[in-house]
Parts: sequence; C-alpha cells; structure tokens
Amino acid sequence: MAGTRMRSAVTYSNEPLVSLRSAELHYRVGGALSALRGRSSVVKAVDGVSFDIHRGESVGLLGESGCGKSSIGRLLMKLEDATGGEIVFAGEPISGLRGAALKCYRAKAQLIFQNPFDAVNPRFTIRATLAEPLENAGIPAGEREARIIAALELVRLPQPAQFLDRYPHQLSGGQLQRVVMARALILQPDFVVADEPVSMLDVSVRAGVLNVFRDVRDRLGLTAIYISHDLALVRYVCERTIVMYLGRIMEDGPTEDIVHEPLHPYAKALVAAVPVPHPDQSHDPLPIGRGAPDPRNPPSGCVFRDRCPRAFDRCASEVPQLRQIGTRKVACHLF
Amino acid sequence: MTANLLSVRDLKVSYRVGNGHIDAVDGASFDVPRGSIVGLVGESGCGKTTVARALTRVIADNARITGGQILFDGKDIAAIPERQMNALRWRDIAFIPQSAMNSLDPVYTVEYQLNEVLRRRGGLSAREARMRCESLFEMVGIEKGRLRDYPHQFSGGMRQRVAIALALALNPKLVIADEPVTALDVIVQRQILDQLRELQTMLGISVILVTHDISVVAYICDRTVVMYAGRVAEAGPMAGVLTRPAHPYTMGLRNAFPDLAGAASGTLTPIDGAPPNLAEPPPGCRFAPRCPFSIEVCSTESPPLAEIVPDHRVACHRASEAPVLREIAARTETWLAHA
Repeated sequence: MAGTRMRSAVTYSNEPLVSLRSAELHYRVGGALSALRGRSSVVKAVDGVSFDIHRGESVGLLGESGCGKSSIGRLLMKLEDATGGEIVFAGEPISGLRGAALKCYRAKAQLIFQNPFDAVNPRFTIRATLAEPLENAGIPAGEREARIIAALELVRLPQPAQFLDRYPHQLSGGQLQRVVMARALILQPDFVVADEPVSMLDVSVRAGVLNVFRDVRDRLGLTAIYISHDLALVRYVCERTIVMYLGRIMEDGPTEDIVHEPLHPYAKALVAAVPVPHPDQSHDPLPIGRGAPDPRNPPSGCVFRDRCPRAFDRCASEVPQLRQIGTRKVACHLF
Repeated sequence: MTANLLSVRDLKVSYRVGNGHIDAVDGASFDVPRGSIVGLVGESGCGKTTVARALTRVIADNARITGGQILFDGKDIAAIPERQMNALRWRDIAFIPQSAMNSLDPVYTVEYQLNEVLRRRGGLSAREARMRCESLFEMVGIEKGRLRDYPHQFSGGMRQRVAIALALALNPKLVIADEPVTALDVIVQRQILDQLRELQTMLGISVILVTHDISVVAYICDRTVVMYAGRVAEAGPMAGVLTRPAHPYTMGLRNAFPDLAGAASGTLTPIDGAPPNLAEPPPGCRFAPRCPFSIEVCSTESPPLAEIVPDHRVACHRASEAPVLREIAARTETWLAHA
C-alpha cells in the first residue's frame, strides 16, 4: 500500500531544495486601447511569493482558479521566467540557466499534467511517449526499453510490456495518468510538480493514482508540489499546505493544522467549503463574501479584504505581511 | 396527484454505433418524489447523463429510447408525440446542461437568451419578460444591471447562476441539472449548491442532480440513485444509501473518496479495474468482475433491483448479507486481495 501516511519522522536537510524569494509573475494584458482608457493593464498572477521547500518535503499549493498556483508551477518548471524576485533550485537561481545546465535542470524538475489525454501525443505509442525523454537525455537506445519497463512498474501498471505498443486512446484515464507519471519519473527527477493530476479521473480510479503518487514519492524520496483547489486531496498527499489568494500567500503551515484550525479568514472559508461524503455536515453559510476575485483590479491593502467578513480599516491601507504564528505563517492583520 | 412527480420504469436507451448498438441505459428504474432533490451518481459512462437527457427526450441523433416508461405527473412522456413533449420542455421540465459555459450562446446578451425562453416559449409580453428577467436575476443573486452582459463577461460561478435562472424562467416542476458544479472551485460550488437548495425549497420544485461526486450528493440531496454500467445499483434516501450502503459498488465508492472530516491516517482504496465495455457487457451483474464479494450466480444472472428495507432498493444477489459485507468492505485488504 501507499507507504506510511505521516512522514513527520523524515528529517529534512537544512538546505532547501527549492526557494521562491519574492517571486513575481506579472502579465501585461490588453493592448494600447485599454492603456489609453486608463485601465490597469497588469495582472499580478504571482505577486511577491516566498517559500522554501526542503528535500523530501511535499507541499500542497491550494487555492481557487486565478490564485496563481499553476503560475507558480510554470515558474518552477521554467516554462515562464519570473518578472521579479528569484527562484532558487539546489542553491542556484534558475533564471540564469542556459544550454546544458538548463537541460540538466529540466531532467531534475518534472511536471505531471492535469489531463492525461492532453499531455501525451495521441499518435505516439506508449513506448514512443516514454522513449522521448530518454532520447533527449542521451540514454543509449539499448538501455531504453528496460528503463521504460522499470518506470511503468514503478507506477504499478500491471504487465507493462503489453502496453508498449498501444496508443493513448486504448488506455483508460487511470492507466494513462500512470503513463504520464512514469514519463515524469523516467529521468529520475529530484523534484516534481503535479498540477491537479487526478481532477479528470473517476473517483474509483483516482484513489489508485493518488496512492501510486504517494508511494513513488516516498520510495524515491522526491520533493513534490501538489497543486489543487481541493484540500481533501492535498491533505492526502502533503504534510504542508500553502493557501494562496490572488497571487499571494495567505497561510502556510502543516496541513493538519490548517484542516483543523485554519487561521486566515480565507483559509477558514476554503476549509468550510469542502464537501464531505457524510449526510451530517454543516450547512452554515460560508464566512466569505460573494463574488469572484478580479485579478486586474485587486483591492488595496489585503487582496482578500473585499470578501473578508472580518476586514477593518487597516486592511485597506496596509498589505499584511506573512508572519510566523505558532506552527505556521499567516498574512493577516488579525494576527 | 401522485406522490412521485417522476417515476422512471425500466428505461432503456440505446446508441447505434457502426453495425451494432450500445445499451447505455439498460433498465433503469427510480422515483423522484415531489419537492425533493435526487442525486443521480456514478462514474463516466455509467449512463447518468443519458438518463437525464432521455427524460427530456433531447438525445443524440444515434440514440433511441428502446423501452420502459417515464411517468411524469402520471403521464408516460416516453410515449407521447414529439409535439406534446416539446410543450413540456422549459415549462414543466427544464434542463441545465453540463458546463454552463457552453450552454449559453456567446454572441447574445444573457437578457436576449432569457427573453427567447420567456417570450417565445412562455408567451410573455416584452414588459412582462423584462420584469421576469429582473426577478430571475434577483432570485439567483445577480444584480439586474448585468442582464445586458454577454456570457464571457461573467465568471464561471455567475454563468452557472445564469443557467439556473434560465432553467427557472417558466416555473418548471422539474429541473434536471447535469454536473452543475463540477468545473467550479469549492467555494463557488458551495454557494451554487446553497442557492439551488434555497430555490428548490422556495419554489417547491423537484431537482435531479447528475453528479460523479458523492460529497455533493451528501451535501444537498434528499435521495440518491447510484448507477453503474447502465443500470441502477442502489437507490434510496441519501442518508441511508451513504451510511448503510448495500451494494458493494457503493461501499467501494465510499472507500475511494477523500474525507476531510475523517482521520488523517485514512487510506483511500481504489476499486480495481474499470467499468465494462457496454458493447459487450458481461453476463449477470455488471459489477461482478470488479466485486470482491462476487459468487457464482453473479456472473450468470443479473440481480433484480429489490427493496431491502422500506424505500431502499439494491440490485445485488448478496443484498441480504449487506451488514456483514459492509464491515468487510471497510477493510482495504478486501479490495486488494481481489486485485
């Protein structure tokens, strides 16, 4: 089964593997016309985000659409360059990586995509899908087949050899997501980012993929980021959770602490909103204002204040900084 | 007046594919009592959307209702002429399709689309329609100033509210919502479900909610119908089905679902395998190949949907042993040993 649940006994090295230091990803939106109309034309998808992830740690990035969680994933994969701040991997800023060093980084840091059917080339067999990264990494042709089989065994695809000549459409969603996971792991990365990897899968197969993810991570000692809007899933795979809202971190701490006693008003609403599969559950109105966050035009001060039931004067005038409160960090003037 | 607004009896829907056909729904029976929310739950391909669409008789070109009855207010709407059926749509039965994003026309304002239903279908005058638009928007919690906006100007949650307003336009008795909150974030999802419940209570309508998410069923539904491979596996009051499931498939679903209210150490247990190919369904019980409790009869004879306790129906040869099976099913090893 999927390893031991609590990995608190694991001791992390002191040196973080991944660090974001005031990372920013600002997009310029709209053309000259919107600029002329005086509309704010910058969307701050990621706005001053800092955190460290230690070797072997699994961190959940939790938040609603548009909170910047996937943008952070893209920054970490260097699919996009930060417009400000710094991203450091194993002690080295990734912004300067070029050529061979960048290629080496790409092998060490891998992304597991959301929709397995979009993540693979439909005209590639499973063998070709998995051989491609090996080829890029210069693995001799003679060794590839064995590596492919080993990777498929790692993600517990039964009798992997029978899948090699099949095409993606001949696999079920759960099987294909395992192939996508195998492709991410085949170069033995140190770090993986999984972006909602089970959201497209049916419930009965989702559990299997999550178990494989946990199991592989533990066996290989992977450092992982799991991106999701569902705290129940994050809790299943991550001991630490970072709650984001409109490009900023609201709360960062042990997942169990956030599940049982969220501190930030946004985290409170997010936890209360997760439906549970029991008939007896709270139907109290959520402690959050209606409406969706508008990333083009965020409120002054705290970005959450216009939906916050406990906002007061200071929230409009001053941006709350992320500060240590007990076991976690919270960005709220109430603390 | 019958106690059930809708009674589906042995419904069969078949898709023509190539030279053969696929019975996507193969003998589904369930009831929708007046004033209740019924959750139609199951995985992709189980036939839940096909059932929902068959109830409105708006189905794919290659699909056909091949058997059974759909008793709506006591009248079999599977058998009435299309012209009569058409008169029921929107007025008596409204459908909210999956993903409100795609159900709204991007080139017209939402007011135009509401008007289309109100004036063309409902025969309201321009003035009446305008007032109705405003009250509908108020009902679903959108300011009326946004009536002139186009669908792309709304967020996902707002679009879903517009779709609900559209469905309620002509005061239907039954609203069928296909995965109304699936693509939405948890907070918006909760707000939409609260809205749906509030409106359902206020208007006294019945709702069929198609979903793959048993948490959504647990949150909002009065009753639930669990479907598997084109058939009803289990149906009954929501609390009874979720807390005392009698079909192994329902038991398995419970184990596979993450539970924020549960202990952190809980392990999710998948149901091994995949649903059968409906072009060649296995003989007997369709869940048997994945079921840890299957016995000989399961692979030869199809179990009938039978009442095990009042109002709770199960299609399983071993339904009488349900309390014992539930205990065994709660153990992870049960499902592993089978795999």
